[in-house]
Amino acid sequence: MIMIKVKINGQEQDWDGDPELPLLWFIRDEVGLTGTKFGCGHALCGSCTVIVDKQAARACITSVSDVRGREVTTIEGLHPTGDHPVQKAWRQLNVPQCGFCQTGQIMQAAALLMDNPKPSHDQIRESLSGNICRCGCYQRIENAVHLASTGV
Amino acid sequence: MNILTYPSKLRGFEKHIKIENVSRRSILKSLGLAGGFVLAAPVMTRTAFAYETGASQMPHGTVVNPRVFVSIAPDGIVTIVAHRAEMGTGVRTSLPMIVAEELEADWKRVRVQQAHGDEVTFGNQDTDGSRSTRHYLIPMRQIGASARTMLEQAAAKRWGVPAAEVKAVNHEVVHSASGRKLGFGELAADAAKQPVPSVEGLKLKDSKDFRYLGKGEIGIVDLHDITTGAARYGADVRLPSMKYAVIARPPVTGGKVVSFEGSEAMKVSGVEKVIEVKGWPWPSKFQPLGGVAVIARNTGAAIKGRDALKIRWDDGPNAKYDSVAYRAELEAAARKPGLVVRKEGDVEAALKGADKVIVGEYYLPHLAHVAMEPPAAVADVKGDKAEIWAPVQSPGGTREDVAKTLGIPQENVTVNVTLLGGGFGRKSKCDFALEAALLSKELGAPVKVQWTREDDIRNGFLHTVSVERIEAGLDKSGKVIAWRHRSVAPSIASTFAAQTVHQAPFELGMGLVDMPFEIANVQCENPEAAAHTRIGWFRSVSNIPRAFAVQSMVAEIAQATNRDQKDMLLELIGPPRILNLTSVKDLWNYGEPYGSYPIDTGRLRKVVELVADKGGWGRSVPKGHGLGIAAHRSFVSYIATIVEVAVDEKGKLTVPRVDTAIDCGTYVNPERIQSQIEGTAIMGLSLAKHGAITFKDGKVQQGNYDDFPVIRIDESPGVTNVYIVPAGPDTPPSGVGEPGVPPFAPALTNAIFAATGKRIRALPIGKQLEA
Repeated sequence: MIMIKVKINGQEQDWDGDPELPLLWFIRDEVGLTGTKFGCGHALCGSCTVIVDKQAARACITSVSDVRGREVTTIEGLHPTGDHPVQKAWRQLNVPQCGFCQTGQIMQAAALLMDNPKPSHDQIRESLSGNICRCGCYQRIENAVHLASTGV
Repeated sequence: MNILTYPSKLRGFEKHIKIENVSRRSILKSLGLAGGFVLAAPVMTRTAFAYETGASQMPHGTVVNPRVFVSIAPDGIVTIVAHRAEMGTGVRTSLPMIVAEELEADWKRVRVQQAHGDEVTFGNQDTDGSRSTRHYLIPMRQIGASARTMLEQAAAKRWGVPAAEVKAVNHEVVHSASGRKLGFGELAADAAKQPVPSVEGLKLKDSKDFRYLGKGEIGIVDLHDITTGAARYGADVRLPSMKYAVIARPPVTGGKVVSFEGSEAMKVSGVEKVIEVKGWPWPSKFQPLGGVAVIARNTGAAIKGRDALKIRWDDGPNAKYDSVAYRAELEAAARKPGLVVRKEGDVEAALKGADKVIVGEYYLPHLAHVAMEPPAAVADVKGDKAEIWAPVQSPGGTREDVAKTLGIPQENVTVNVTLLGGGFGRKSKCDFALEAALLSKELGAPVKVQWTREDDIRNGFLHTVSVERIEAGLDKSGKVIAWRHRSVAPSIASTFAAQTVHQAPFELGMGLVDMPFEIANVQCENPEAAAHTRIGWFRSVSNIPRAFAVQSMVAEIAQATNRDQKDMLLELIGPPRILNLTSVKDLWNYGEPYGSYPIDTGRLRKVVELVADKGGWGRSVPKGHGLGIAAHRSFVSYIATIVEVAVDEKGKLTVPRVDTAIDCGTYVNPERIQSQIEGTAIMGLSLAKHGAITFKDGKVQQGNYDDFPVIRIDESPGVTNVYIVPAGPDTPPSGVGEPGVPPFAPALTNAIFAATGKRIRALPIGKQLEA
């Protein structure tokens, strides 16, 4: 087996197993970071969203070999004390219900704000349309992303 | 068949049978007392809260003991046990908050500890039926008041003053005459030595002194963890040397493995073993379906290994289940007389003599829960001991079922309850935890079983499929004089007894026999329908098709008689009164005594009037827009919703605005009520617009969010407004988690009619507006 090196939240990780293993399972089962969630396995729900080199990516359809030598940020690495503006806005507006999809939503929102610091409501809706919340927290998600973009 | 003669150990089912009997007794008692409906004598005599609930009829009833639920450390940190499961309703915050309120604890110094599954210790833990607050408001207040009393007694003793002179205030006990104070932490050891006071002598706080209850100012306890990824759900549990498993289950309910070939799977990197999993014959209750498990060093390898399995299945007795044919069967059944479950007057004669008869036949397909977290569980079985970690709505039931399945004593089973990534009724069934237990036993190692989304959709316990047919007879003046409603749907009881063809009283009681309109001739019937897949509880259950049918029919009558929908609805509800449904044999009433929770049309009227007022009923809307309204009582709460839709020339449907008014009696956490109602608008819109699970050759035809879509943020309503009816001081609390779902679909389709003139009678809407 070939050794693949990936940087996750600033720490180098080695993988000598199946290079086609979805990044999601590498992060969760091999590295042991469980904030990145499994919801569908086919990039349909966004629960597994991570940031790869400043872009949102679905870890369930990204293989470990796809991120060889790249920087992966998971929810655990978004901010050292969990105080990224998006995380703070989320708490201020009491966004979550069950909370399961929320880490993916937050990572998608954080990636959006990196790219577009002042998104319109339509742009927020478009950017987060790949992230499903079955509890239906969308109204608060939209408002929280807006709040994060205006300063919290 | 008599469903009562069927299996005994069917927890979910059994409890409903018990409740029905109790409910019926309560009604008879109330009738006997005064020849009408009066409040039943309360079992818990409280000055501020004199009402009875069905809590004592649940398995293991209620435990009111501060020693079980409250502990105080020397540093003053108060730990309160949450014994219900958190799946997004906020219950893990709300119930401990009730204890903290009465305890006079400072919420900042409160920690919440999740109870494991143990109903002997904690009382009933079934987190379902929108029951937690309505069953536990009083017990939690009593627990908090007991602990407070013990702290006060300890302080009085230490100071040598009468207990009546001391008072707990914000985490300390004070003796105002001398100005002395002691913190809860300083008193904890002495307080623990005090006897637990009797419930009868407890003094509960006056509601005007509440700091937390009814305020909605406290965030959920898991808020920080959820936003940082630290919150732990079922699949997040990791044990040393744990194995990862996925299972190929029979594609047809009731099918089984004939033979399998695992050699290709074994070649997949990371796969360690392929083994058969025991299955139970149809109907399998909550037991595993069986199949072939792939064991690997990580979940990804297990999934890849499963894809490489070759399995020959015997599809069993449901191999011909076909949704197109089945719908025709249901429709045919709905057009013939069925078992009469409510009868007032002579509906047949009234329909014959009517000036006009309006007929509506409404169809709703199977639905899947698709909680964001697919089922997952971890088990560690060693000898005759088992430890489980799982996102289960019924921790006590899970413990019983694991013990039974492994053949070990219940005392040897520990069920750790993780957070639930959504439940919606799916996780009331612990089949996935049983699979993990069986595999762990066989492998002699800790095992995590992970369901994929496809497993969740294809091997779940689906919402039933139904045809609701209503015939309304009108006299010359347009008054409704006859109402015949036939409801045909396979019953949840079929999951326990395959021969079941009639719906159980708890299903009939969800919007069929409890229909609240003032009509002289009413007949409700339940023709036969057999099940061909596992049917289970889905958030708000039979209320979904019933409210869709009844509230659509109201609008159809309004249209036929040229009246406003809201006026028509209020006319049918009639004057404020308490219903007296003497012809209904087993009125379920959500397991609650009728005396405390009668069907009160005054409260139903009030939510209609409130939402009409706040939601701007009758406002002018742009071209292509329309307003629709619907109201429904479920889980003993009253709710009304107005939906505004916009339909463009291509038939594209959007929802600019939703307004909902709810009367859920005395409430604890209005902020979480608001979030639940916002969420039920999304779930209602999902099922109305897209929701359909269909079968062909016995197999589910959908598998993921692409072919079973749910609403995404870009389709979500522009704004959802929620109005909560302030409760009177003696109004018992009622359900919140489920009641928002039922009125949404009919309010939506009534709005579509107003916008387009198209009447939707079959859900989902799908492409119907494009035609």
